[in-house]
Order: sequence, then structure tokens, then C-alpha cells
Amino acid sequence: MSFQIKETPDTYDVIIVGSGAGGGMASKVLSEAGLSVAVVEAGGDFDPAKDEDRTQLRPPWESPRRGAGTRIRPFGDFDAAIGGWDIEGEPYTRKNGTQFDWFRSRMVGGRTNHWGRISLRFGPNDFKRASIDGMGDDWPIGYDELKPYYDRVDKLIGVFGTKEGIYNEPDGFFLPPPKPRLHELFIKKGADSAGIPMIPSRLSMLTRPINNERGVCFFCNQCNRACQAYADFSAGTCLVHPAIKKGKVDLYTFSMVRKVTTDDQGKATGVSFVSKVDMKEYKLRSRVVVLGASACESARIMMNSKSKSHPNGIGGDSGVLGRYLHDSTGADRMGIMPDLIDRERYNEDGVGGMHMYTPWWLDNKKLDFARGYHIEYWGGMGQPAYGTGMSMDSMRKYIKDEFGNPSPNGGYGEGLKKDIRRIYGSTLGMSGRGESIPRYDNYCEIDPNVVDKYGIPVLRFNYTWSDQEIKQAKHMQDTFEEILTNAGAILLGSKPGPESKYGLAAPGRIIHEVGTTRMGNDAKSSVVNSNCQAHDCDNLFVVDAGPFVSQADKNPTWTILALSWRTSDYIVDQLKQKNI
Amino acid sequence: MTGCETEEKAVSGQIFEGGTPGGRTAEEKARDAKLLADSFFTEEERKKLDTLVDIIMPADSESPAATELKVTDFMDFMMLDQPGYQTPMRGGLMWLDFEADEKFGKPFNELSKNQVIEIVELVAWPDKADPAYEGGVRWFNLLRNLTCTGYFTTEAGWKYMGYKGNTPNVWDGIPQQVLDKHGLSNPEKYTAFYLKPEDRGKVVEWDDDGNIIG
Repeated sequence: MSFQIKETPDTYDVIIVGSGAGGGMASKVLSEAGLSVAVVEAGGDFDPAKDEDRTQLRPPWESPRRGAGTRIRPFGDFDAAIGGWDIEGEPYTRKNGTQFDWFRSRMVGGRTNHWGRISLRFGPNDFKRASIDGMGDDWPIGYDELKPYYDRVDKLIGVFGTKEGIYNEPDGFFLPPPKPRLHELFIKKGADSAGIPMIPSRLSMLTRPINNERGVCFFCNQCNRACQAYADFSAGTCLVHPAIKKGKVDLYTFSMVRKVTTDDQGKATGVSFVSKVDMKEYKLRSRVVVLGASACESARIMMNSKSKSHPNGIGGDSGVLGRYLHDSTGADRMGIMPDLIDRERYNEDGVGGMHMYTPWWLDNKKLDFARGYHIEYWGGMGQPAYGTGMSMDSMRKYIKDEFGNPSPNGGYGEGLKKDIRRIYGSTLGMSGRGESIPRYDNYCEIDPNVVDKYGIPVLRFNYTWSDQEIKQAKHMQDTFEEILTNAGAILLGSKPGPESKYGLAAPGRIIHEVGTTRMGNDAKSSVVNSNCQAHDCDNLFVVDAGPFVSQADKNPTWTILALSWRTSDYIVDQLKQKNI
Repeated sequence: MTGCETEEKAVSGQIFEGGTPGGRTAEEKARDAKLLADSFFTEEERKKLDTLVDIIMPADSESPAATELKVTDFMDFMMLDQPGYQTPMRGGLMWLDFEADEKFGKPFNELSKNQVIEIVELVAWPDKADPAYEGGVRWFNLLRNLTCTGYFTTEAGWKYMGYKGNTPNVWDGIPQQVLDKHGLSNPEKYTAFYLKPEDRGKVVEWDDDGNIIG
């Protein structure tokens, strides 16, 4: 950082705030169109192919905590994502006794360093839910508008799967899927007899090469640690770094954006940010500003972008900025499979996620809740790491000797050691991930009393689940029990009931939050138009999940990528036409 | 932290000098270095733990004892890394002296092997333990958890477990004899579509409908 930009601002065609799925895709498309681009990222850069950045293939004994999670890496010491639910000096608050947990990743690639690479297209129904069940709103665009972009994303990034011909689970350009693991076949037996479909999962890992620049999957099950062969998708390795290599792209790391600057006409002129390195304020100028900082962070920047021309922040006059915040629902259940105790050993690592899953299979018209969920499955002989060998005070009783007598819970000694070896790889489970109803009353706003360590006002959340989500979670629990029991598993723990909202995860915990800058044709009920262009600032665009009108039961990343590509094409077109 | 202390902390084959390697932030490096230079347990507590971890995970014909795998050192680090463990762990270790004094009139570290086992037996079996020892049972559960996880996250622990992964390979499904043993088979519907290991080097090509043609 060689300049105090307040005096000599650098000027770009486009400034992109954030380098995750949305910002990463925009950086690639816009720079390939010949535009000069600044990517402003709140965290640092890293490259998993460099050994100093590599956590992949490291055994737990290379970590003094044996891979246990930390505040900054809650998903484990080797997890690639840096940040977590609770970042030092970057607080957020909640109101009215409600809960929302906000997961952030401060690094190039953002939260694409964390996610499970589950890469599902939204289907035709997912854009038109209000027309189907009368709740929430339809998107101003439909599947047909996004399909060409989903196709391009498939081919650019790579996703394995199978063509199924299910109307609301559109097929794409799939790489060959890996064969199932053993616990997945047991679960399938249970699902089959319950009439619940299970199909090959759709994950963005390269089982075959899509080009000569990225390697293929070598089946270590550690996508969450970032792949040194670039065989899985993260925005850093697949979008931002290639864009920097090929185009006019400058990457500003450790740069925390305070606000979008605007002129007297209300047009965006650039951004003002704090460098975390020297704690000084800098400004960058551009013709276009693209926000891809994550749904809540982009909304926060817009709220904080108050000026003479935007006294309520950009998008603030819509009355819906920060509103309609919604996350996917989540609930889980676990069991132990007696048939898998004493199982034969072989390398079962596979890809970094499930090899089979269940798409939503029922008709909500016949149910007491409006929206569906998909089911993710887990289990198998994963790497023994922090946690392995624990819980024998309650689990040991499931192990039986040759005469069928159960081991006593707890204990010590050679017998305990043997039992831990015997039980290894025999537990399994599933997680439902469902669609919630977007509601005006769930929102984030600026907390008037709290700033972060950069002096930037922070977000305050207000979020509750409605009966819709609670009833859906109840249905999940019934389904999980049916599948596990049919599969021959013994259920572990007690079935979550109404006292825990049927095990429904707290809002934010599934890390699929969307909707805070939602799109629409009416500037009074939406923040951006159908091209993700701010209604009240035509050279400001949002490319993260903020513009989602509704979050389907699918993971949002593939739709963020497709939308960002579409928005970026629109930006190029509008610049060419000199409209912005 | 000095090189000498690093040496003491190191388990063979273990990289402990600066904490966890790989893409660490400056804050993470500093925190790991600080925790590794520090210690939580007193000498007396370490002695109690060394006795107990070898009772929980003793040597046998296939694998070493917990103390050989430095499980006490691991536990010491975890006390500092997750401070919530400190009070329950220290409380349990103190209770040992109370119980040893009640029963045998001397501190825990001076007990014979049989006397130690007598105390362990009071708290090692959660479903059978006298309710009066509820607190001790909870502590021993924690001790068992940390001992076992510290044991199975070492190279020797992996070897004993028979874990085969964490190495580049080609997944071509469950071995046939395992499928046969469990009477299961891959769904036939997908046989033609599953990844064929011989195709892993070939750049994929699709037709306009998304069918793989090369």
C-alpha cells in the first residue's frame, strides 16, 4: 500500500468488494471483458498449492490440538476458512432476545473455503414460490433466465452428478460421480423401503479434468482444507487467482470497506476502506462498484453508505434493506449400525462430502408446511482426529462380544482400546437442509451503539423461526428416524421434540443466509432490480446472495455464481452502451 | 519458547515448533507459540495423569502405552487451548488425593497399583457407579475422552485403528468382498455413469444435452 489515496485516488473501471463466489465470479468475467478491476478483500491471500499454506493431507499429530476447532477455525484446526462465528474486534449484536449467528471468512475466496461443495441449481419452482403457495414473493426472473449461466458455471468450474430428469432439480453438465460408500448403501436400503429417493450427490469436485489448468480429485476427503491440486471449487483458486493472472486485476487484501462513496447525483464513485495493516483510511475510485461481501456484509456497507445524496444509505429508501434475511433450516439425527461394527478396513476417504443425497421428494400441498428440504448423509471410516475415541461413556454398550453380551459403558484398559477400534466407522447420520419462508420481520440493521475496531457501525440482528420451519423440522426428524430404523441402525440420543423446535438449528448456523438486498421490479419493495442493480444507484451492483428473493432448499453457491455471471455480463453491456 | 522445550514437547515425527503449520495467521502463530511455551499441570498432577492414562490406554502386543505417545502433554496443551477443561480436570485430580486419603491414608501418587485401580473402579463405570461418585464419574469421562482421543490421533493410534486413508488414491467403490459380505451392491442404474478410473486423465467433453461424449 504505497499511497494515501485520499490525495491521489487510483481509478478503476470496477471495484469489487469481496472475493467469494459472487465477487470472484465478477472479477473473472469483468476482467476478461477488458475492464480494470480492483478486488477489495477484508482478509489475506493464500494459495493451497504452496506448501506454507497447505493443510491438506496433514495428520492430526501435526496440530498440537490434533485438529480440534479454534475460535478462528471453528470447523477444525486444518480447515481452510479463517474467521468463524466470533471474530476478534468485529462484533455483531442481536435484539429482542432473538438469535442469529453470523459466520464470516476473512480471506481470498471467502466462505467458498468452507462450504461442502454441494452445487445444486435452483429449479423452476424455486423462483416462483409465492405463485405456488402464496407465501413470500416470486423472483422477478425465472429458471429460464438463469439456465444458460448455470450451464456455463458447470462447464467452467465442474460438478459431478447424474442426469435424473427431476423437474425441480434441473440437470446440468455433470462429471462422473464416485461410487457410493458402504454406509451410504446401508442408508439407501433404509430410504428405499421408506420410498425416499437417493441419488448421486452433486458436488463441485473434479472427478475428471475440465481443462489443463486444474488437477483431478485424488480422493482425500479434505476439500474443506483447500485443495493443492485445485480439484475442488473455491473462488480463490478457480476465479480470483486466474483473473489476476490474465487480466487487469489488483487485489487489495486486509482491506475492510467502510462505505461506498457517492457524488451529488447519487452515483457511486468508489469505496472508502480501512487497511488492517496500518489502520489507515484509504479511498479507491471507480466507474462501477460491485458488492460481493456476503448478504449481510453488503447490506451493512449499503446502510453505512450515508451521504447527502443518500441520507438513509444506498437502498435505504426502499424500506427493505436488511429485511427478509433468511437462512436454510437444518436438523440432524445420528445412529449406529451394528452391521458396521468390526468392519473391514480399506481406504474409504472418497471426495470431501457425501457420494449420495436425497433431493426433496414430496408435494407440500399434502403437508402441513410449505417448503421442502434435501437430506445430506454422513458416516464412514474417516480420518481419526480430535474427537475419535470419545463418548465411550455412552457408546460402548452398543458393542457386543461373541456371545452377544454388550460391553459396559465407560471403563478403561485393553478392552476399551479394542472396543474403540471395533466401533470405528459404524456411526452414521443425516442432516436436513430446508427452505424457510422469507419474512419482513427477520432482518439486520445498523446497531446505533456499537462499532467494530475499525470504527465501522456493526449489524444488529432480529430473527425468529415461524411455525413453517418448526413443522418442517418435525417432518425431518420423523423421516430421519424412518430411514435410520429401516436401514438397520440403532438411533442415538433422544428424538428432538417441540422443546427444542425439533432440533432446528439456530438461524445463521447453516450459513446460507440470503435476502437482505432482495431483487424486484418495484423500488418500494426491493433493493436491486432483476439485474442486481441498485434501484437508487445505477452503477452499484450486488453479486452475493443478498438479492435472492427466496433461498430454495439448495445450497446457494451455484446460484450466486450464475447470478454474478449474469450481472457481470449486464455490467459489461451497460458500460458499452454508456448507460452507466 | 526455547528449542529445548520444543524438544521435550515433540512426539516422534511431530512438528511442534511453531504450532500447527499451513496458512496460519499471525495471531494463530503467536497464540500457538505462547500455549506451547506454557504449561498447565503441576509436576504432581502430571504424575497422577501419567499413572491414569496408562491405565486407560495401556500397552499391549499391538500398540504402545499412552505415556509413550505423550498423551499427558497433549492434555496439558488442551487445558490451555480450551480453558473450559481446566476446572473440571483439576478438580478431579484434587479429588483423587481426598479419596486416596480417605481410603488409604496417603496421597494418590503414593498408592500401589492395586490401590489406584480401586479408586479408578469407583468412577470408571458410569452405569454402575454409586451416585455418591457422580462428580468423579463425570471427571473420569472427561479424562477418558481426552486420553483416548490423544491416543488415537497419533501415528501409533492410526496404526492400531487400521486407518488406511489420508493419501492420494483412486476411489472405485467399496471392495467387492465387502459388498458381498454385507449383501449389498451399487445401484445398477448408475453403473454406466460412475467414474471409471481410466478416464481420470482425459479432459471431459459433453454434447449439448450434457451427455459425456469424450
